[in-house]
Amino acid sequence: MGRTLAEKVWDDHVVRRAEGEPDLLFIDLHLLHEVTSPQAFDGLRKSGRTVRRLDLTIATEDHNTPTLDIDKPIADPVSRVQLETLRKNCADFGVRLHQLGDVEQGVVHVVGPQLGLTQPGTTVVCGDSHTSTHGAFGALAFGIGTSQVEHVLATQTLPLARPKTMAITVEGELPEGVTAKDLILAIIAKIGTGGGQGYILEYRGSAIEKLSMEARMTICNMSIEAGARAGMIAPDETTFAYLKDRPHAPEGEDWDAAVAYWKTLRTDDDAVFDAEVVINAGELSPFVTWGTNPGQGAPLSASVPDPASYEDASERLAAEKALEYMGLTAGQPLRDIKVDTVFVGSCTNGRIEDLRAAAAILRSRKVADGVRMLVVPGSARVGLQAVDEGLDLVFKEAGAEWRHAGCSMCLGMNPDQLAPGERSASTSNRNFEGRQGKGGRTHLVSPQVAAATAVLGHLASPAELSDADVRTPAGV
Amino acid sequence: MEAFTTHTGRAVPLRRSNVDTDQIIPAHWLKKVTRDGFEDGLFEAWRKDPEFVLNRPEREGATVLVAGPDFGTGSSREHAVWALQNYGFKAVISSRFADIFRGNSLKNGLLTVVLEQKIVDALWELTEKDATAEVTVDLEAREVRAEGITASFELDENSRWRLLNGLDDISITLQNEADIAAYEAKRPAYKPRTLVV
Ligand code: SF4
Repeated sequence: MGRTLAEKVWDDHVVRRAEGEPDLLFIDLHLLHEVTSPQAFDGLRKSGRTVRRLDLTIATEDHNTPTLDIDKPIADPVSRVQLETLRKNCADFGVRLHQLGDVEQGVVHVVGPQLGLTQPGTTVVCGDSHTSTHGAFGALAFGIGTSQVEHVLATQTLPLARPKTMAITVEGELPEGVTAKDLILAIIAKIGTGGGQGYILEYRGSAIEKLSMEARMTICNMSIEAGARAGMIAPDETTFAYLKDRPHAPEGEDWDAAVAYWKTLRTDDDAVFDAEVVINAGELSPFVTWGTNPGQGAPLSASVPDPASYEDASERLAAEKALEYMGLTAGQPLRDIKVDTVFVGSCTNGRIEDLRAAAAILRSRKVADGVRMLVVPGSARVGLQAVDEGLDLVFKEAGAEWRHAGCSMCLGMNPDQLAPGERSASTSNRNFEGRQGKGGRTHLVSPQVAAATAVLGHLASPAELSDADVRTPAGV
Repeated sequence: MEAFTTHTGRAVPLRRSNVDTDQIIPAHWLKKVTRDGFEDGLFEAWRKDPEFVLNRPEREGATVLVAGPDFGTGSSREHAVWALQNYGFKAVISSRFADIFRGNSLKNGLLTVVLEQKIVDALWELTEKDATAEVTVDLEAREVRAEGITASFELDENSRWRLLNGLDDISITLQNEADIAAYEAKRPAYKPRTLVV
C-alpha cells in the first residue's frame, strides 16, 4: 500500500523502532525563542549535558520584544529577564542567536523559512504551537513542551507516537478577493477547533497547488487551531523556487540531490488517509471570526449567529459566552461591527506578501478617524524589504503605525495590547479571551479585510471600498 | 531524575477535589526562567490563609500529599509538578489524576499514586488525627502503607521501570546513542544546517 506524505517524512526520520515503544525520531531543525527555552537550558546545566547538534539549532527573540524604541533598554523587567536569559543561555551553550536589532531577528516561524532552513522532508520542532507553519514546505513540523525542548537539545531526537493522517482536499478556484486566511478560517469553522485532534493534516487539491508559499504558510500555521498535531503541503515547483538561493538552501550538486528527494515527497495514489474533508474553493468568501475561538467564524456577509440555533448544548453555551464577552448580539450583521484597532502582523500574516496586500488597499486611502492601525513585520528582514518597496510610506501616509518586527499584539506580551473592551480586527491566529490584552476583543481576518476595515472603521472587505475613499495625500 | 524506590514521610491531607493546575501554581509564576523556586507559588491563593493545612507548623517537612479526586486538571503547565517538587513533595496520592498532569509528574520523577477513595479517606483520617503519622509509598512492592492501612496500587511497567532506575526520557534515549550516531552518519549532505561546522 502506498504512503501519505506525512508517513514518508516520518519513516525517513525513525532512528529506532521497537515493539511497545514510541518511535524515536531524528529532528532536523530545532528553533528556540525566549519563552519556552529557559527551563530546558536549566535542565541541561543541572544534568551536565550539552547541546548535541548546535548546527541544527537556532534561536531568535520574538514574543517579548518591543516594536518601538528597540535601541533602548527594555522597560518591562520580566520581558527583559526572559530575553537576557536567552542571550546568556545561547552564549553559554554556543547556540546561534538573532537578537533584537539583528537583521535576521523576528518571529521564529518567519525566520526559519526566510533563511531557507525550513526545507521539504525535514522534521522541525520548536517550543511553540505554531511550528505547524513550516509544514507548508512539506516538512513535518510541530510544537513541543519544555521537557521536550530539553530532550531535543540533549539528543536531537524525540520519542513520539505516530499520529493519524487527514486529507483536506480543496478543489477549484478561490474567488477574487478570497485569500488563504479566509480558506483556513472556513476550514476550522467546518471541522471545529477539535476536528484535527490526533491528526497530521495534509492540504491538497488544485486550489492549494495554486497558492504561493506565503499563503501555504498561513494555512499550515493555523492547523493547530483545528487541534491538529501538524499540517503539511506537498512540495512542488513553487516550493523549490522559493527556496532556491536562500542563505541555507543547498547549492550545486546538493541542490540537485535535494530536489530529486523532494520530488518523491507526495502522497502515493493508493495511500489511504484515516479521514478526509473536501472543500470547494469556489464557494468561499471573505471570512471573519465573531467569537472567542478560531472555529467561531462566518462569512463576512453573514450575521452574528444565534446561540439558540446550535443543537449541541456545549456549543450553544460556548456561543452564548462568546457573544457576551465580545459584546455582540445575535443577528447583528458582521459588517456593522466597529473596531478600535487593526493589527497586521504575526506568524500567520506578517510576511511580505501580506504587507503588500494590505498596502495595496491602503495606498492613497486613510485609516478611519478613531481607528489605530499597527503594522508589524514578521521579521526584521521582512521590514527591510517592505521599506525597500516603499510600503512603510504607504502605511504611514494612510495614518497607520509602522513598527519593528516581533509577535507584538498577536499575544500582547510586549507593550502592544488592547485595552479592556477594545475591539480589533487582527491578522493573527487566536481570538481567545484576553489574548491581545485583558478584556480585549479580537476578530480574526485576512490582511485585505484588515486594511479595508481600517479604512471604513467597521469589518469590511476590499470590495466595499469605493474611489470615494481614495484621498490624495496632502502635498502631492 | 532521582530514582524512586520507596519513600516514607509525613503527609499533608488536602481535602479538596478538582484542584486544577492554576490553583497548584498560578499563571503569573510562569514567567520565571528556572525550574526552581516555585515552592512559594504552590497553592499560593490558599496559602494566604494561616489555617490552610500547608501553613500548619505540624505539617512542615511533610513529603506525601494526600489529595482529593481529579487532582491536576486544567492547563498542561509542567510548572505544577515543579512547584510540588520544589516544595518537597515526593509523592501525591489521589483517587483520580488528570492525564496530562500525571504524565508530567512521572516524567519528572514525582510519583502519583492512584488509590480508591475509601483508602484516601482512611489516610485523611489517620493523618488528620496524628500529624506525625508516617506514610510509606513503596514502588518496588507497589504498595502504600500506614498504621492500619496496606493498599496496593497499579503503575504501568514502563513508568515503574523508569522511576525505579531514575531514568528520565533523556537518559533512556541516550542509551540508544549508537542508533542516533548511526542515523546521523547516513544523513544526506543536503540537509539544512544553521552553522557552518
Ligand atoms: S506571532 Fe503570535 S502565534 Fe506566532 S509565535 Fe508569535 S505569539 Fe505565537
